[in-house]
Amino acid sequence: MVKELIKTKNLKLWFTDNYVLHDLDFTVYEKKITALIGPSGCGKSTLLRSFNRMNDLIPECKIEGEILLEGQNIYDSKADVTDVRTKIGMVFQRPNPFPKTIYNNVAYGLQIRGEKRKSVLDDVVEKSLRDAWIWDEVKDRLHTSALSLSGGQQQRMCIARALANQPKVLLLDEPTSALDPKSTAKIEELCIDLKDKVTILIVTHNIAQAGRISDYTTFMYLGDIIEFGETKRVFTVPKDKRTEDYLTGVFG
Amino acid sequence: MNKRKLQEIVGVNFLRLGVIFTAFFLISFLYIIFSKGGSVLSWTFFTDFPREGMTTGGIYPAIVGTLYLTILSILIALPLGVFTAIYMVHLAKPYWLMRIVRIAVNTLAGVPSIIYGLFGLTLFVRIMQLEVSLISGALTLAILALPVIINASEEAIRSVPRSFREGSLALGATERQTIMRVIVPTALPNILTGAIISIGRVAGETAPIMFTAATFYSRMLPTSINHEVMALPYHIYALMTEGSKPDQQVPIAYGTAVVLLLLVMFVSATAIIIRYKIRKSRKW
Amino acid sequence: MKVFKEILFKAVTYFAAIFSILALFGIILTLFMEGIPMFQEVSLREFLFSSAWYPTNEHQSFGALALFFGSLAVTIGALVIAVPIGLGTAVYISEIAGSRTKEIIKPMIELLAGIPSVVYGLFGMAFLAPFLIRNIGIDSGLNIFTASIVLGIMIIPIISSMSEDALSTVPRALREASYGLGATRWETITRVVIPSAKTGIIGSFVLGFGRAIGETMVVIMVAGGAAQIPSSVFDPVRPLTTSIAVEMAETVLGSIHFHSLFALAIMLFIITFITNLFTELFLFKKVK
Repeated sequence: MVKELIKTKNLKLWFTDNYVLHDLDFTVYEKKITALIGPSGCGKSTLLRSFNRMNDLIPECKIEGEILLEGQNIYDSKADVTDVRTKIGMVFQRPNPFPKTIYNNVAYGLQIRGEKRKSVLDDVVEKSLRDAWIWDEVKDRLHTSALSLSGGQQQRMCIARALANQPKVLLLDEPTSALDPKSTAKIEELCIDLKDKVTILIVTHNIAQAGRISDYTTFMYLGDIIEFGETKRVFTVPKDKRTEDYLTGVFG
Repeated sequence: MNKRKLQEIVGVNFLRLGVIFTAFFLISFLYIIFSKGGSVLSWTFFTDFPREGMTTGGIYPAIVGTLYLTILSILIALPLGVFTAIYMVHLAKPYWLMRIVRIAVNTLAGVPSIIYGLFGLTLFVRIMQLEVSLISGALTLAILALPVIINASEEAIRSVPRSFREGSLALGATERQTIMRVIVPTALPNILTGAIISIGRVAGETAPIMFTAATFYSRMLPTSINHEVMALPYHIYALMTEGSKPDQQVPIAYGTAVVLLLLVMFVSATAIIIRYKIRKSRKW
Repeated sequence: MKVFKEILFKAVTYFAAIFSILALFGIILTLFMEGIPMFQEVSLREFLFSSAWYPTNEHQSFGALALFFGSLAVTIGALVIAVPIGLGTAVYISEIAGSRTKEIIKPMIELLAGIPSVVYGLFGMAFLAPFLIRNIGIDSGLNIFTASIVLGIMIIPIISSMSEDALSTVPRALREASYGLGATRWETITRVVIPSAKTGIIGSFVLGFGRAIGETMVVIMVAGGAAQIPSSVFDPVRPLTTSIAVEMAETVLGSIHFHSLFALAIMLFIITFITNLFTELFLFKKVK
């Protein structure tokens, strides 16, 4: 039985006068991986960034409609944006470790919320790094700079950093586009492993990747959601001609 | 309201307070200078000589002196600066020399202006026996302005696209022709902007001219580069520290400060306008 | 003919480039040439560790310690004022202000930077000092406190513009990472942005220090001029630059006093040279 975790209602978004997201209604199911695919500029990253209100940081951005997380509108005037971002974590296209130690990177979320007890921090850091499959590689050098890690390790550490907040949802914005094939494979396997714990929404340019790891696929085109459904179904019998063309490489 | 939100509000408003303080200071500073100095401004203040031991009269010779000093020093520093910049960008050989030039320029930029004054006193006034004169002061100021002009010119020359140089060289032009006919003319507006900014800087300097060029009082305008001159910044200093009638001297000092500020602001405004026009008309 | 022109061009260019090196060496050489003769009469020990600066007494003594402390006192005072305001302004411009506010604040800072130091001195001497006497009940307005305020305001633009440069090199991705983990703006600024830009920011403090300690006109006019080791912020002091500038006008060319002023200048030069070196190191690291 699948449960709806996030629902968007009439979501519209503009950058100044540029109408980017066209009245979207969209659902994310709990403990599943949903992939957002589509050609460049279709709005998939913008949509993803709407879920943790990262678009708030762009002054030109105007947003209308609702995004409900377990029934609560995250754009409600009473909603606390830092709270939203704690519940809905995000991993970016390029690994972006802080120039701090590995330990302090992962503990960051807890530290800003005032957690000072070393035992708690230690536990969470270890658990998050384990969950992100990087513990064994870094356990002996937790107090060295995170910048000394390889790209793939940095990205898994960024996932650990996001997991340390115990988010309900993890947003992944093309998390493997800057990585080599081996690191990519590892992160893909990690995603599948993580879905028992957290709901994942992933934007990807890589159609095969969406096919390999996701349960649901959403195809977006020029700011509209063209098709949404179980990945198996979308990939085998797409309802829309444009989805089929995109999947078969006619454009993209 | 939780602790984190409180911290956010207090923190951001603290920063805002810093900016407001700066703005408040700037406005009150300008208001004080202009309101106290404005009262002595008159036509004769600009055209007359100081009279009765600097307690009345105008500041004409100081205005003229400052103009002479700054213009002369920029005329000396500009060619040196532009050629140094050409060296840094286009010749840049040998590498070790370039490194040393760079270190020297950066070090010069950090030398306190009073030390330039001592240098000018020793080299120009005493060793070269130019005496306390317009030329000694201008040379001292030229060296002081040099690092600023070099850096501005270097940036200007560096911003000329590579393709311009390659285009010219491909037509069979020599390095010299390429630099003098293509690169420098293209970079010229930006170079001049840098030069104008340094005029503003030089016009307000006091310490370097104290022992090399400036005099408290002069009954005539300098007619040769070997004469000592009055200058606006030094005149302010003299009015505040010399003489026996502060009640009459302080207002004149404020008035002189207004003239100096207007001069400096006018010069910077010119630079800003030129810079704006260049950005608008740039097509590459 | 053409070849000659090329050679001439190269010669002129090299001459110009070498000129800066010559100028720097000229400065160092003249300072030492005129400064060293003092040490024939005055021991280095007395110069560095005595605080008795009586160059015109019958029994002359040339202890520069009080002057050095005078410089240090007003410079530290200036930093106490300029560091929070300068850094605060930089952070405000780069992290908080909208583009409209920026367009007001930035020219304001530039204007502040363009005001000649003698005008700051005039302001301190003719307005601020009497103002402080009236309002905080001190006997004389020309002291460390007043000089620090004026000097501090003077170096705000240096600290703020260089710090802002450093802050602007912090990648947007780091800010997004922090916001993405649920941090507030203040937490992002204090825990991520400022630590990431710290070399450049510290560089700006060092640069401000160098500028303040070398400043002459403001301290002549506002610091009070008494050659003593201060015991309170309301004490007058006589910084190195004041002694050099004021006494040079009164001394006899070639006297020990004259040479001692160059010795002070050597001291000042070394201090600013070291600060410069630090700034260079910080900047170099930032570029890397």
